[in-house]
Amino acid sequence: MSGAPEPTPEHDDSTDAEVVLSVRDLEVSFGTKRGRAEVVRGLDYDLHRGETLAIVGESGSGKSVSTLALTKLIPIPPGRGTGTAHLGDTDLISLSEAELVHVRGQRIGFVFQDPMTSLNPVHTIGRQLTEGMRHHLGLSEAAARDRAVELLAKVGIPSPEDRLGDYPHQFSGGMRQRVVIAIGLSCDPEVLIADEATTALDVTTQAQIIDLIAELQADLGMAVVWITHDLGVVAGIADRVLVMYAGEVVEQADAPELLSRPRHPYTVGLLASLPVLGDTERGDLAAIPGLPPPPTSLPPGCGFYPRCSFRSDERCATERPPLREVVAGHLVRSFYEVPEEQSRRASAATRIAIEPPDVRDEGVA
Amino acid sequence: MGRYVLRRTAQAAVALLGVSIVVFALIHLVPGDPVRPALGTRFDQELYETLIARAGLDQPLLLQYWNWLTSALTGDLGVSFRTGQPVTGALLQRLPATMLLAFAALLVGLLIALPAGIVSAVRQGRPVDYAASSFSQIGVSVPDFWFGLLLILVFARSLGWLPPSGYVSPLEDPVEAIRRLILPATTAGVVTGAILTRFVRSSVLEAMGAEHVRLARAKGMPERYILRHHVLRNAWIPVVTITGLQLATLLGGIVVVEVVFAWPGIGRLALDAVVRRDYPVLQGAVLLIATGFLLINLLVDLLYARLDPRITTS
Repeated sequence: MSGAPEPTPEHDDSTDAEVVLSVRDLEVSFGTKRGRAEVVRGLDYDLHRGETLAIVGESGSGKSVSTLALTKLIPIPPGRGTGTAHLGDTDLISLSEAELVHVRGQRIGFVFQDPMTSLNPVHTIGRQLTEGMRHHLGLSEAAARDRAVELLAKVGIPSPEDRLGDYPHQFSGGMRQRVVIAIGLSCDPEVLIADEATTALDVTTQAQIIDLIAELQADLGMAVVWITHDLGVVAGIADRVLVMYAGEVVEQADAPELLSRPRHPYTVGLLASLPVLGDTERGDLAAIPGLPPPPTSLPPGCGFYPRCSFRSDERCATERPPLREVVAGHLVRSFYEVPEEQSRRASAATRIAIEPPDVRDEGVA
Repeated sequence: MGRYVLRRTAQAAVALLGVSIVVFALIHLVPGDPVRPALGTRFDQELYETLIARAGLDQPLLLQYWNWLTSALTGDLGVSFRTGQPVTGALLQRLPATMLLAFAALLVGLLIALPAGIVSAVRQGRPVDYAASSFSQIGVSVPDFWFGLLLILVFARSLGWLPPSGYVSPLEDPVEAIRRLILPATTAGVVTGAILTRFVRSSVLEAMGAEHVRLARAKGMPERYILRHHVLRNAWIPVVTITGLQLATLLGGIVVVEVVFAWPGIGRLALDAVVRRDYPVLQGAVLLIATGFLLINLLVDLLYARLDPRITTS
């Protein structure tokens, strides 16, 4: 860790609800043949009841690992998580495997990326939906069944009673993801973690799933963490956004603020690289040159320094920038900010790209 | 399901026909005949031709095949050139011994492979995994005749716990039958177990890596539950296939073990038939083994349909 004090993120006034998940100084590292891989480097955030937090980043940015590590779902044994993550009064990081079994699925629900593989092909939907409820809530078979029917109806599966005995291959991708969401919700979790939950789906289905989760959230009041690399998803549903790069948060703000006035060079690059339908003026699609640094050999200064086209401070190369609060509720890990003009230009393109009028409404079934 | 079985049975019949043609052709393409060696040094051209004619070997090959096929369809596989006894009877007489040994060997193999394979997959990279892998490696490398002899030396000669060889029908004397069965079944079973261990391990490993297993874990299901209901349940599908193939191999091919333990099975019968050019016996034995193979494969496929809902419902 750098010596710079890390400001504790303050939740802004618009979300005055109770904090359900409070993550402080979360670090995750793995022992690899090439040395210790620091995959998550000091993550802090608060998640409020009913709030949607989007964690955005490219592959390898640590966004998935940071949430999987909360309940030790990272399969690789030498993975090590430190810091604290309070779910209510419970610090998840200090829990044993036996204790975590009662958090997973019960207090934190998960929806994974690919519904084609995240359901077991040899068990019925009903069985996969009820096993968690029977285990966590101690429901009888009949009671679990009733609740399963209710849940399937809630996630928009037609004639749910008839579908309980069906196998996953009898459902389409979008329908399977609805089933996975129903599984995630089955024990009334306080937090639902959607890990790239729409990435494997086609665009119309994506919009449906996003709207479904937003509806369910409004209905059930749970907090949602969306892990995504898709800023369209962010614009659609996120209340707040964490942008992660090389294992750390580079920018954190309310979604409208972040999308309209991104201040970190990486965020600006991400927004500028969105394709815009019908945009002929920009020419080639903007891309951020280079690749993220390998987690085993991170640069000494800013993680984004080697790829940054805005770098202007000599400390960038040698000193890890602190996470600064530049405007209330808007944190940026940088010694400087991207000039307003470039920031606005990237954001203007984004608005067209991610909010084409009317498309979203049509997408809802 | 009924139609599926019917279709598979028809396919099996066609395959059997093909097998019979190939075997028939192979036997007759090999130079030489059964009569000449039987006559030995007292070779006499006239006698030779008489015997050839009596065996029907002077007829055109196609006609020979046709005659064989039509009587085979009625269950008559001809008579042995050597003993003059009906082949069908000889095969049926030997079948129980072979089946007993094959199933016992498979049981030994599974008793080794299931625990060893599962444990080594679950404890991947730990000492127990290396131990299981070493066993598997040694098991497939050791020649079965040598291993059989070793067992005889240790358990029959030195310790005197078990009889060294021979077969007793379990209907006559169940206890003695089992005592005689232990050594040959272990010999064949260890090899089978070694092969199966690898398959069990790799299919359990593959099943453990599935995304739905991760979701089951994320659902908060206990590890034991996940292993039983999500990992093993899915791992069985490939294991069943290879187990079926192993059983079929055991039914047809434990010639070496049968010879070492003086076990009166089909394998030894077939071996003798090859050596003595006893065409009808060889043809019949191969047909029986092929039938067994196809039957087991049919059973495996039916079992598949039970294990994997995608096969019957899609």
